[in-house]
Amino acid sequence: MSLYLESPRTKKRNAAERRFQSYGLAAIAAALFFLVVLLGQIIGNGSGAFIQTRLTVPVTLDAAAIEKAEGSMMKTSGYRKLIVASLSAEMQAKGIEAELDSKAAKALLSSGAPNTLRQHVLANPADIGSTVTLKLAGSSRLDGYMKGRVTRESISDDKAITPAHLDLADELIGVGLLSKGFNWGFVTGNDASDLRPEQSGMGQSVLGSLAMMLVVLAVCLPISVAASIYLEEFAPKNKLTQFIEVNISNLAAVPSIVFGILALAAFIQFGGGTIGIEAFRASAPLVGGLALSLMTLPTIIIATRAALKAVPQSMRDAALGVGASKMQAVFHHVLPLAMPGIMTGTIIGLAAALGETAPLLLIGMVAFVQTDISGATSFFTDPNVGMPAQIYIWATRADGAWYERAWGGIILLLIFLACMNIVAILLRRKFERRW
Amino acid sequence: MSLMKLTVSVAALAVATSAQARDNVQVAGSSTVLPYASIVAEAFGENTDFPTPVVESGGSSAGLKRFCEGLGENTVDIANSSRKIRDKEVKACAEAGVTDIIEVRFGYDGIVFASQKTGPDYTAFEPADIFNGLGAKVMVDGKLVDNTYTKWSDFNAALPAEEIAGYIPGTKHGTREVFEIKVLEVGCKATGAYDAYLAENGGDKKAASKSCYGVRSDGRSVDIDGDYTETLARIASNAAGVGVFGLSFYENNTDKLKVATVSGVEPTTDTIATGEYPVSRPLYFYVKKAHIGVIPGLKEYAQFFIAEEIAGAEGPLAEYGLVADPELEKTQALVADEATLGSNM
Repeated sequence: MSLYLESPRTKKRNAAERRFQSYGLAAIAAALFFLVVLLGQIIGNGSGAFIQTRLTVPVTLDAAAIEKAEGSMMKTSGYRKLIVASLSAEMQAKGIEAELDSKAAKALLSSGAPNTLRQHVLANPADIGSTVTLKLAGSSRLDGYMKGRVTRESISDDKAITPAHLDLADELIGVGLLSKGFNWGFVTGNDASDLRPEQSGMGQSVLGSLAMMLVVLAVCLPISVAASIYLEEFAPKNKLTQFIEVNISNLAAVPSIVFGILALAAFIQFGGGTIGIEAFRASAPLVGGLALSLMTLPTIIIATRAALKAVPQSMRDAALGVGASKMQAVFHHVLPLAMPGIMTGTIIGLAAALGETAPLLLIGMVAFVQTDISGATSFFTDPNVGMPAQIYIWATRADGAWYERAWGGIILLLIFLACMNIVAILLRRKFERRW
Repeated sequence: MSLMKLTVSVAALAVATSAQARDNVQVAGSSTVLPYASIVAEAFGENTDFPTPVVESGGSSAGLKRFCEGLGENTVDIANSSRKIRDKEVKACAEAGVTDIIEVRFGYDGIVFASQKTGPDYTAFEPADIFNGLGAKVMVDGKLVDNTYTKWSDFNAALPAEEIAGYIPGTKHGTREVFEIKVLEVGCKATGAYDAYLAENGGDKKAASKSCYGVRSDGRSVDIDGDYTETLARIASNAAGVGVFGLSFYENNTDKLKVATVSGVEPTTDTIATGEYPVSRPLYFYVKKAHIGVIPGLKEYAQFFIAEEIAGAEGPLAEYGLVADPELEKTQALVADEATLGSNM
């Protein structure tokens, strides 16, 4: 037997190792493949939501017409007439012969455009009497046509838009009245009704999710840190503490919908109704956050206890040895060392809470909500939805444009999650200590 | 521990914000009515100084159940429903203190059968065919037997020889009730199964109707408990499948769906308004009278909803697929007077 030749046994062992390594590589490759497919799907389907088709319309703000519109019940219909008249005149000036009848105007313009104009007039009353050039959203069908989602074939049975309208759209592109641009409204805006996918945005639900995450953080972190420190460092090991420990683990495994029912009964019906706390009402992020806190609490307690356990016993012994009290040992030495672990556990708990819709279903946070958030208090109590709920609502709507919006919402949700994780990593870097 | 201080202060801020009483209208109920209600809510927020109402869905029955939980700010003000409120529900409402209910019918919605755009044509449906295809028991040679049909052409040669697969709304949807009464029961009577059931039950008409509502459980009739988008997804994966949709949903998805005629009539807002198309149902919302004056904007919202400019034939609801109610003026007067359920019966 030469040292330079592998014995059959060594060969076999080396082959087994190579096989194992290739299995591992294959597993990683498969995971990467799925990740790429998933991200490709999300970006491919959702990126369209960030682009919006707009019509450039110089609107002549006739004072008499505006006064008449403001006096009627449907104020926006008066503004609609202003837009249609102005667009019609502009088309003639640019040499487009096709006429803009009310059907064509409906097919091309968003039904939210009149309100855009009205808001502009209300904000700039000095403009009345002059001509302002506004970029008004095109309808969802027109938007789909510009993005290739809607074709002349696909609208053969459509009652809202005809191929003639699309011909008109082509002419409008030719004279520069119709263009695509980045859709800030999708990032900052709020939900819109089923007729106006082009007007909808995730902004409101981002704030809703943010409010809920702040509530979860404010409720869970102090409670879970206090509970964990007591259980881990001070509590005697007896039947009672064992019982509590087992039940914390059990709670972590309870389906999230259960916490929704609990929140409805405890916060809205008992807290808001029987006791009469006015901030506890349906659809408020405060209540949503509390419901999610119930769900997240056990997870964070378990993570915090694991972090405390990971601090070497010698740290405590050394502190106690130089005369520190037990509390000093914990707060001066153990807790700072456990902090990175606690942070990680908390962020993981928050991320799980961010993605939940089930507990929100019963407390009115999966709903059509349009709120203008103003001020710190209304931020927590005004009706709102969370990001996953908004995505779910859009995914169930009829028009195909909502499908694109739902995917776009997923992109924003992922960005939100990535931001949370980056914060977690930065905090961990800052607090991390080695021994 | 600056972070602790921060979180504690955020908690204190959140709890200390005792806001004023609820100032937005809270609506729950039918997922069929939801798009209409959200369109109205949006326009209401735009055109008035009141905040936009919050509209939840979840089905007619679930909405009415929450509506009947009691009075007060922590309960909903309005329940949307795609069917009339049941006596049982009125009783449950009364027991919880919700006695004065204003019933508002704001229009009609067509129920259509649709299949994949590129799939087979279903142009010869009669209610009897749907019953034969999906009913639990059917008449064969004058006898009531378990449904064993596998293809539509088995009982109607005018229909394509395709595997039977029906996707119908689940029992929590108001649409199901309309489907049972306007399609299954009509088909049940047309095929003679009703008479057979009647004989079986000793002349008990209620029991016979109930038996007619039974659908086959061998997987060819599928209850969809989710929204129409779920039905659409099922249709997309089964070329021969036939699904039940609302007219408005179909009209927004004409690029993916092909509508089936019933009794030779194609469903449109016109054929439904004239009653020519047989399967339609009224849409309602129910208002708690006791909340009017307490919740700001509640009566205004109800009146705004049924105004000619909104629910009329030229309004945005009709644009979305609602069949306008020819008696809208009567309803407007009813809401203006705050006439409750008992008073106008």
